[in-house]
Amino acid sequence: MEKDASATALQARDLIKIYRMGTVEVHALRGVDVDLRDGELVVLLGPSGSGKSTLLNILGGLDRPTSGSVVFRDRELDMNNARTLNLYRRNHVGFVFQFYNLIPSLTARENVALVTEIARDPMPPSEALAMVGLGDRLDRFPAQLSGGEQQRVAIARAIAKRPDLLLCDEPTGALDSKTGILVLDAILRINRELGTTTALITHNAVIAEIANRVLYFADGRIVETRRNSGQRAPSELAW
Amino acid sequence: MRPDEVVVSEPFAEAHRLKPGDSFDAILRGRKRNLQVVGAALSPEYVYAIAPGGLMPDDERFGVLWMGRDALAAAFDLKASFNSVTLSLLPDANAKDVIRRLDGLLSPFGGIGAYLRADQTSNWFLESEIAQQKNMSRIMPAIFLAVAAFLTNMVMARLIQTERREIGLLKAFGYGNWAIGWHYAKMVLVIGTIGILMGSVIGAWLGHWNTELYTQFYRFPFLLYRPGPAGFVVAGAISLGAALAGSLAAVRRAVRLPPAEAMQPPSPPIYRRTFAARTVLAGALDEPSRMILRRIIRWPVRAFLASLGLAMSVAVLIMALQWVDAIDSLAESVFERAQHQDATVAFSDLQPIGAIREFEHMPGVLAAEPYRFVSARINHGHLVERQGIIGVPTGAILSPVFDVERGRLEVPPGGLMLSVKLAELLEVKAGDTVAVELLEGRQPRVSLPVLRIFETYIGKPAYMDMAALNRIAGDGRVISGLHIRVDASSRTTLLTRLKDTPHIAAVLFRHAAIDTFYKTMGETILIFIGFFVAFSMTLSVGVTYNSIRIALSERARELATLRVLGFSRWEISYILLGEVGLLTWVAIPLGAVIGFGLAWYMTSAFETELYRVPLVLRDATYGEAALIALAATLACAAIVRRRLDRLDLIAVLKTRE
Repeated sequence: MEKDASATALQARDLIKIYRMGTVEVHALRGVDVDLRDGELVVLLGPSGSGKSTLLNILGGLDRPTSGSVVFRDRELDMNNARTLNLYRRNHVGFVFQFYNLIPSLTARENVALVTEIARDPMPPSEALAMVGLGDRLDRFPAQLSGGEQQRVAIARAIAKRPDLLLCDEPTGALDSKTGILVLDAILRINRELGTTTALITHNAVIAEIANRVLYFADGRIVETRRNSGQRAPSELAW
Repeated sequence: MRPDEVVVSEPFAEAHRLKPGDSFDAILRGRKRNLQVVGAALSPEYVYAIAPGGLMPDDERFGVLWMGRDALAAAFDLKASFNSVTLSLLPDANAKDVIRRLDGLLSPFGGIGAYLRADQTSNWFLESEIAQQKNMSRIMPAIFLAVAAFLTNMVMARLIQTERREIGLLKAFGYGNWAIGWHYAKMVLVIGTIGILMGSVIGAWLGHWNTELYTQFYRFPFLLYRPGPAGFVVAGAISLGAALAGSLAAVRRAVRLPPAEAMQPPSPPIYRRTFAARTVLAGALDEPSRMILRRIIRWPVRAFLASLGLAMSVAVLIMALQWVDAIDSLAESVFERAQHQDATVAFSDLQPIGAIREFEHMPGVLAAEPYRFVSARINHGHLVERQGIIGVPTGAILSPVFDVERGRLEVPPGGLMLSVKLAELLEVKAGDTVAVELLEGRQPRVSLPVLRIFETYIGKPAYMDMAALNRIAGDGRVISGLHIRVDASSRTTLLTRLKDTPHIAAVLFRHAAIDTFYKTMGETILIFIGFFVAFSMTLSVGVTYNSIRIALSERARELATLRVLGFSRWEISYILLGEVGLLTWVAIPLGAVIGFGLAWYMTSAFETELYRVPLVLRDATYGEAALIALAATLACAAIVRRRLDRLDLIAVLKTRE
């Protein structure tokens, strides 16, 4: 699948992030440049502490870089404006985390409705849940769902607003491989059917096979970029 | 003391800025004298100094003068005589017997009956004040302590819940359940002890302050604040008990789990769809509101108790504010509806009824209505009440017998009209006969029928037709004083005239009585209300702040998730604060009901022979209480909400649920 010709959805330049922990300075990002193209599925691979989550948080407007810029659809994000970042998250970004962060007091459908209620052009919650294969679990509470099912509700919640970007931080990290594959299937399907630009963090090299492009992280930098000649289906993977 | 020297009662001296060396004119037995102030004094007999016919002490218009005995005897032409005697009895004396014999001894000389110290006005007033304090000290601390215990329990349980991981770790190291329990009990004991010490210091300071307030108000030379240990021990034990119960329950929940599980954060609570969730109404809710409702339904007891705590604060407010309504209603009934005179003139001795004419011709007097007052003892069976009888002329208009509900009543001839309170004390009803001993003049004893009972808020008066009373007393057609209506423009001229008129013991202006009434009430009731408003605020702030704070600590993760999903700070504030907001809305009507009950209890507990405060609650009072409660909730909400701005989104999401 050739995506080079498509427009750049998100562009980050010279991102530096320094955390101060007491008297120690931690350089989480040491000058990262990255472009995400429309409809692309990018996997960020690297050991823990290499800076990939920090990058994803900055790209998603959850965190501010110490310096550097993020341009979304040709407009630079004002990273110091909490309101701008909030609107950016609200209208353009969908997040999926290792821990599902569902609202325990709401059913699967209601968890998704939480987002569709404030979105501009959402799909019905039941449709989003059907896309992740949970069309028959609409009225279950999180405590009544398995881990894989909860993660898929989280994915449905992230994509129901038809975001421009889907950012997934270790979405299979807490799941066994069989369940993990179901979750990856759902992510891939969204990427293809909705054309959602997707970035996915993992430390599991096998998962990189499903991507268009793989960014290798080490010590706060992208050390290597690899383009996959072809995407493999999650069902072909094993770990 | 020289003959013109007097010692003045301190409140009177202060009201007129009299100091030793000052002098003023006074009429003694119809003769004007210039008196010199040589000092100010207090007397336990006049802690509560009321002018004849007055309702409340009026320091400006009524005072007590002490002068040399010889000088006074000379002024009143009463050499070697006395008109009042105070006795102190041996510890084993039978007071009733002494009174009986004393009365027998003194009645030939015009004695109007001895009475016990318990019946002395000042003493009696203070006793009932103390009784009211006792009543109050039972109900208020109980409410406060219950709410405080609930809060301590809730806060401590939450505190220990956040220690779950550490508890798991201790278990993993091999500590036993008891050792862990004791460890946390020690922690709670330290926190609790610090709290109790702080509470005791603040409590003692407040007690001291309250005592000082009383000392000033009643001008006691000294009143010592000597709290017993019981209050501190009970309050401390209940607070510590609640804290230990809350924390140990949380410890028990934690130690029951295998260490590996305890070290993980608690699994999310299990919610279920209730019947209500399937109704049409539920479909209309947005998800944030649904989150609020589900949490309340999930922990109904906690929600109810929080609501009840808030309701108690509303109730206390209503009870306190009700006093303003009650006092207004009392004043309206007594001063506006029952009385129509502008002034009352009390004579120092009985005057022939013809004296009215003299007053009718004074400047500015529009109408005059006489009354007769006789000290009396009324007996029914073994029950005796010392209660003067007021004689009212037929067709009285200015100061008739007035029933709080039925209004003006005509005095039937040939019998007595008793106030409800007096009838209760004597256990009589209309139609019964009572034995009346008049304690003046020839001191006749007669049997009289009780013809009517009427309700009044003040005192326990008894009325009779004036002509009938005069007939029984046998003094001829005489009067004790007059109620007069005065043309407002001539008031000052009239007062100057009255000051120079002999045989007048007191002149009471109704508007002055109203002013004094509100001034005294202002001093006492406003302090009282202020105290209860503070008390209620403490309750409401305690409940609101802790509820929101606990909700925040339990829901930080949910709220951070919503922020990540693009909810604004105000939108997540709604979810956090909506719960307390909803509980406050439930608390207001609940508080109104409890407040009505409390007000009812307090008015009946405050009922004395001196006065009965009516149970009057304006709608506006409920509204005011609700607004104050809402303001407290909003203030707390605003404080906790600021923490939402600092919510660390990433840290929250990076940890497992």
